[in-house]
Amino acid sequence: MSVDLATVKRVARLARIAVTEEDANRMVGELNGIINFVEQLSEVDVTGVEPMTSVTPMDMRKRADNVTDGDKAADIVVNAPSTDHNFFLVPKVVE
Amino acid sequence: MTELTSLTIAEAREKLEAGEFTSVELTEAYLSAIDAANSVFNAYVAVTPEKALDMAKASDARRASGQVGALEGIPLGIKDLFATRDVHTQACSHILDGFKPKYESTVTQNLWNDGAVMLGKLNMDEFAMGSSNETSHYGAVVNPWRANGSNQQLVPGGSSGGSAAAVSAFLCAGATATDTGGSIRQPAAFTGTVGIKPTYGRCSRWGTVAFASSLDQAGPIARDVRDAAIMLRSMASVDAKDTTSVDLPVPDYEASLGQSLKGMKIGIPKEYRVEGMPEEIEKLWAQGIAWLKDAGAEIVDITLPHTKYALPAYYIVAPAEASSNLARYDGVRYGLRVDGKDIVDMYEKTRAAGFGTEVKRRIMIGTYVLSAGYYDAYYLQAQKVRTLIKRDFEIVFDAGVDAILTPATPSSAFGIADEDLASDPVKMYLNDIFTVTVNMAGLPGIAVPAGLDAKGLPLGLQLIGKPFEEETLFRTAHVIEQAAGRFTPAKWW
Repeated sequence: MSVDLATVKRVARLARIAVTEEDANRMVGELNGIINFVEQLSEVDVTGVEPMTSVTPMDMRKRADNVTDGDKAADIVVNAPSTDHNFFLVPKVVE
Repeated sequence: MTELTSLTIAEAREKLEAGEFTSVELTEAYLSAIDAANSVFNAYVAVTPEKALDMAKASDARRASGQVGALEGIPLGIKDLFATRDVHTQACSHILDGFKPKYESTVTQNLWNDGAVMLGKLNMDEFAMGSSNETSHYGAVVNPWRANGSNQQLVPGGSSGGSAAAVSAFLCAGATATDTGGSIRQPAAFTGTVGIKPTYGRCSRWGTVAFASSLDQAGPIARDVRDAAIMLRSMASVDAKDTTSVDLPVPDYEASLGQSLKGMKIGIPKEYRVEGMPEEIEKLWAQGIAWLKDAGAEIVDITLPHTKYALPAYYIVAPAEASSNLARYDGVRYGLRVDGKDIVDMYEKTRAAGFGTEVKRRIMIGTYVLSAGYYDAYYLQAQKVRTLIKRDFEIVFDAGVDAILTPATPSSAFGIADEDLASDPVKMYLNDIFTVTVNMAGLPGIAVPAGLDAKGLPLGLQLIGKPFEEETLFRTAHVIEQAAGRFTPAKWW
């Protein structure tokens, strides 16, 4: 499989990264280099092999469904680029 | 005053206890060393002198009242990946501009609970993606080591390049670091320091900026094996805030130092004898084998047949997890925002301006391998190969092998802005060829300096252990250290 310019632009759109024509052209070569490198995995026989989901066999620890944190709206918005009354501000999304 | 900075953590601990100097004096010695040399190395991206002196004063007061933690009064450097309350935490990325969290990572909190002092935040590859510390938004870090008779600036390795350089150049007593594919062990090997990546789950990941969640682990970089053992004991813990942290008691790792290797079986994997490996590294490996044999260990040849697939599988799994983890940087909740004509335009422009080239490349790869139509061919295949890589190790350990000895890196430190490496990302990725298998299998691995190459640059050996048997690694690495000696760069700065 190989990646073309249209694919690079589609993937950039999915990843929400603006790319210039120049960036996209450069990425075609770089991504193909990496894809060619990982392509060798297809030669491994994985018949009957389960995909790894966790490196250590463990049951996820659970806790009681209680509120353990909160009442810190000011802390949560303090690093945001734009806020108003403890809300994050974003460009208008609904007309 | 300067000689205070040359002490190991263990030595400083003893002298603080004996009252030879205070934590404030020790901290001041480090702060003046940083002041004098940080512009040379670019190891710290933020120095916190006031906080350091406040913490040191508090430590001296605790000591006076008889309260002495395991790292009481010891000044440490912290990789910029760890959240530190109200202090610069940006994973050395432009996209986290100005970010100062209102919370503390579990690992750093554990260190402060044990009495340690924070000197500042250390440079690293952006979001820990790199093997040379050159992808940092704050610029490259300079390795304190230089080749004999050369002024060429060398990389300290990455991603924990600031940590390794600061420890090696005596700008902190020890440093925190993280390792996703080799980011503790490769820089340790490049700087003549000791670095351990513990078993996945040994240190809490809470409050550590996420790169690839199934691979990321915190660990120390230190001057010697004992210091690494002291630091890991404090860093490790079970944590309700990280469900993948493991509920096992944290042993006194220091106690395993000096124990005999009699009856131990050390495996030598034939697959790590890679084509084009410098002869010096072959020799170093043979020397390591001889040292362990002399110490009473039994050496056995082993096979880990899926080794060559670990790096390609890593370059699917890690970017896939990264593309998901880094989706949160969208210009809304923290860091950089670049305005756009609508919200999607704002996201795209923010991420284009905020992420560096290597980070974008990995997000793109991750997005591609997870996208419709490619998931089975790439991601699912890589996760199955990962099962086979882990199985290789399980078979060897089940056959009675206690630890595995390999080289840590395929070369010594290379030059900053190496054109050959810059032109081909895959060549840079090959730096992690000996370390990445360990992350894929979730195992512990330690890099310990074992000698110098013909150019006078440090080379390291790696020991790989069974899950949660870090004690075996400390004990074995200590034997190598005793035989090889310690390595410090000749001071040119």
